[in-house]
Amino acid sequence: MSYLSLAITLIFVIIPLVLSRTLNLGLEKDTLIATVRSIIQLLAVGYVLQLVFESEHLFYILLMIILMIAAATQNARKKGVQIKGITWKLVLTFITVEVLTQGILLGLSITPTTAQYIIPISGMVIGNSMVLSILFLNRFISEVETKSKETELILSLGGTPKQAVHKQLITSIQASTIPTIESQKTIGLVQLPGMMSGQIIAGADPLQAVLFQLLILFLLLTTAVVTSIMLGYLSYPTLFNERMQFLKLEKSKK
Amino acid sequence: MASVNAAVQWNHVTFSVNGKTILQDINGTFLEGKITTLVGPSGAGKSTLFKLCNGLASADSGDILVAGKEIDSYAPVELRRMVGFAMQDATMVDGTVYENLAMPLTLQGKELTEDKANELLKLVGLPATISDQSTKDLSGGQRQKLSIARTLVNRPSILLLDEITSSLDRVSQQDVEALIVRINKQYGTTIVWITHNLQQARTIGDYTWVMINGQLVEAGESFLLDQPENDEVRLFVKGDNS
Ligand SMILES: Nc1ncnc2c1ncn2[C@@H]1O[C@H](COP(=O)(O)OP(=O)(O)O)[C@@H](O)[C@H]1O
Ligand SMILES: [Mg+2]
Repeated sequence: MSYLSLAITLIFVIIPLVLSRTLNLGLEKDTLIATVRSIIQLLAVGYVLQLVFESEHLFYILLMIILMIAAATQNARKKGVQIKGITWKLVLTFITVEVLTQGILLGLSITPTTAQYIIPISGMVIGNSMVLSILFLNRFISEVETKSKETELILSLGGTPKQAVHKQLITSIQASTIPTIESQKTIGLVQLPGMMSGQIIAGADPLQAVLFQLLILFLLLTTAVVTSIMLGYLSYPTLFNERMQFLKLEKSKK
Repeated sequence: MASVNAAVQWNHVTFSVNGKTILQDINGTFLEGKITTLVGPSGAGKSTLFKLCNGLASADSGDILVAGKEIDSYAPVELRRMVGFAMQDATMVDGTVYENLAMPLTLQGKELTEDKANELLKLVGLPATISDQSTKDLSGGQRQKLSIARTLVNRPSILLLDEITSSLDRVSQQDVEALIVRINKQYGTTIVWITHNLQQARTIGDYTWVMINGQLVEAGESFLLDQPENDEVRLFVKGDNS
C-alpha cells in the first residue's frame, strides 16, 4: 500500500466528521485528535521497527521491550495508586510474563529469534498483560473496599491476611481473566482476529495465518492468567501491616 | 502494673484516625472472670476500644496488657483466638450458616463436627435445621445469635460482645443474657458487653464503664449507674431512660 492510497483512505475519516457535524454529535474534535495521533504514533513505530529489523541487533530489541514495559506500566499504575509499590509490582509482572512467553517460544524454537517475531509478539503479550492488570486492579480494589467488613471479621476470628482477602482475590482473578477465555470461544465465528486478517491481506496462506493466530491465542491465555495471579499475590500483602491489621485503602481520587 | 486479676488492663491508651482523636487516655481494667458492661452514646469509641483489644488496630500510645502481658507480645492470631469478638453488625461471609459457624476452625484447617455445630446452634437458641441455609436468608436476630455461637468456637478466655442483642425481641434478649451469664459462670470467661440498653447494663454487669466522646468518664460497679457522679453520665443515663 502506498502513501497515496493511505491518503485516499482518509475518506473513512471524513465520513464520520461530516455525519457528526450534520447531526451535531460533537465528535469532530476527538475524531481529529484520534486520527492525527494514530497516524503519528503508528508511523513512528513503523520507522523504529524498520530500523530495528534492519540492524537485527539484540540491543535494539531489548530497548523496544523495555520501552513497551515502561509505557504499559505508566498506563496501568494509575488504576492501582492505592496499592503501595504498584509501579514495581507491575514492572515485575510484565517482565515475568515476557520472559516466560519468550522463553518458551524461543527456548523450544517455536518462533525464530528475530526481531520480526520477537517484537510483535512481545507487543501483544505486554499489551494484553497491561489490559489484564487494569481489569484486575479495578476489580480487586472495588472488592476490597466493599468487602472490608468481611475482611476484618476473618482477621478478628484468627484468620491470616491471605485468608481474609482470599475470596476477593479469587473473584478478581476470575473476573479479569474470564473475558479473555470467553472471547476465544466465539473467535472466528463473528469476526476474524485482527492479526490474522492482517496476515491474510498481506498475502499469507490462510491456514498459516490460522496456526499463528492460535499460537497467539494460547499465549494470551497464559498471559492473562499469570498476570492476574501474580499481580494479585504481589498486591494483597500491602493491604495489611505486620500486626496483621487491615489498612483502609485511601479513597481513590476521581 | 498489671494486677493479678486484670484480664485486660488499659494504661493511658490513646488512638486516633487521620489526626482525629477517637480514644483519649483510657485507664482501667476488665476484671478477670467478671462481666463488664460498656455504655455510652454512639460514636463514643466503644467499638474502637474492642478493635484495639482484639488486635485489629494498635494504640498510638499507652499500653494494653492482656492477661498481664503486653498486647503486642502475642502473635496476632493467638491474641484474636484468645480474645473473642462478636462484632456490632454480626457480619457474615457469603455462605451457609454452618460455613460461618465453622469458620474459626476452618481457618485453622480443622473441622467442626456436625454434632458440635448443632450443639452450638442449640446453645444460642437456633434450630439445627438452619445449618444449610444461606446466611443471606437470616433475620437480624438470627444473625446475632449465629455471630455469638461463632465467637464461642475458639473458646476465648475473654469475650467482647458489641451490641449483640440490638435486633432481638425481649424474650430472645433474655435468653442471650442468660446464656452469657452461664458462659461466664461455667467457664470463668471474662465478658465485656457493649449495650445501648441501660437496664441490661445494670442487671447483667458486675462492673460498668461509661464512655463519652472517646473518654472513659465513669467506671465502677454496675449499680452505680443509678446514681452517677459525673454530670455528663447523669445526662446520658436520663436521656436513655425516658
Ligand atoms: N475506620 C475509621 N475511620 C475513621 N473514623 C472512624 C473509624 N472507625 C471509627 N471512627 C470514628 O470513631 C468514632 C468512634 O466510633 P465507634 O468506636 O464506632 O463508636 P461507638 O461504637 O461508641 O458508637 C466515631 O466518631 C467514628 O466516626
Ligand atoms: Mg459501636
